[in-house]
Amino acid sequence: MNTLPRAADLGLIGCHVCGQVCKDATNAGLPDGDTLACPRCGSALHRRKPDSYSRTWALLIAAFILYIPANLLPIMRTASLNDIDDNTIISGVVELWVKGSPDLAVIVFTASIVVPMLKFFSLGMLLLSSRAGSDWARPQRAKLYRLVEFIGYWSMLDVFVVALLTALVRFSLLSRVEPLPGVIFFGLTVVLTMFASMSFDPRMIWDGRNSND
Amino acid sequence: MDTGAADALLICEHCDTVYRRRILVRGEVARCARCAAELERHQSLSVNAMLALVLTAMIVFVQANMWPIVTLGLNGQFSATTLWGMIITMWQQQAQVVSVLAAFTLFFFPMTKMLVLGWLLWFARRGRRAPGFVRLMVGLHHLGPWTMSEVFVLGALVAIVKAHNYFDVVADPGIYAYAALTVLITIFAGVDLRQLWVLTRDGQA
Ligand SMILES: [Zn+2]
Ligand SMILES: [Zn+2]
Repeated sequence: MNTLPRAADLGLIGCHVCGQVCKDATNAGLPDGDTLACPRCGSALHRRKPDSYSRTWALLIAAFILYIPANLLPIMRTASLNDIDDNTIISGVVELWVKGSPDLAVIVFTASIVVPMLKFFSLGMLLLSSRAGSDWARPQRAKLYRLVEFIGYWSMLDVFVVALLTALVRFSLLSRVEPLPGVIFFGLTVVLTMFASMSFDPRMIWDGRNSND
Repeated sequence: MDTGAADALLICEHCDTVYRRRILVRGEVARCARCAAELERHQSLSVNAMLALVLTAMIVFVQANMWPIVTLGLNGQFSATTLWGMIITMWQQQAQVVSVLAAFTLFFFPMTKMLVLGWLLWFARRGRRAPGFVRLMVGLHHLGPWTMSEVFVLGALVAIVKAHNYFDVVADPGIYAYAALTVLITIFAGVDLRQLWVLTRDGQA
């Protein structure tokens, strides 16, 4: 039963930028809806985000590759008179836990490990299932995408922690904190996963078989 | 095209389902029947209230950036930093990528967002479109999730707890200004700026 009409069925396009409902002028002789501009804000109108599959895959794979050194390499060095200690993301979490802040340890673990992994698995799964036109668990997949999009930028947490500690712990020889390359890889991973989730078009979840259920 | 008819319709951004727009009562949120995404929510803040919020956020933002955030003490030595102190230190410490990320997500983007909003809302109070309205609205949309002040506040909290094990830690006014800024950002998160397209018209009022 087609009780919920979709924009394409009615010859309409919604503007990504301002939300304006526009007439899809493909029927009016234009070669492709992509050449249209929104009458209200002037942005290009697309029925679906352009090259969503390939762009999202490319960004996701690049992010995953950078995520490996982000976890293996140390992100920060703490140096004192007689001791040099290099910390990875995980060792930072363990330290918080051991030193009596398990709640913050859980928060940092979630932001730095759980959220990026969730993004890799979710976006990968969403890409594969959408490409297949699967009608499996559509509402849940839609919800998963919105969750990933909403929490993604919180992963930047550890980057800011390292930056702030570097700026604060500057007691010449007594005690110093320096950033190490892991933190750069991690920052870039977060940026790339944010671009990846932005370039995925959630409307593709509902394209394909039985989309009128 | 018939813009009157187009304004009566609403398309779910997450699944492309078309709806007829209806008036929402206070506190009501319209959700998509197909994918459950939020379509629209009742906007309880007036343009004046939004402007007041943005101006307050600007004042708090200036303070959050000028004042030191935290001071550490070790054997009678003290060390404090501001946001820009942090950005400059990261640059000097061979982490230019992090420095640039922090400068944009914690300073340039939030500042741009507040200035643009202030400008647009100032004119919107009388139902007018500010000079550059269309381009600024499009720009605001693209700024999207790239302002991260609230993440920084949580980061500062984690840094304080970590430092606490080795140093004397004193929270400075900057951290309180940041906390206040986070509250303002949270209030503003429920505002749908797209309503400005409908609330304003071109030309002199
Ligand atoms: Zn538009
Ligand atoms: Zn929907």
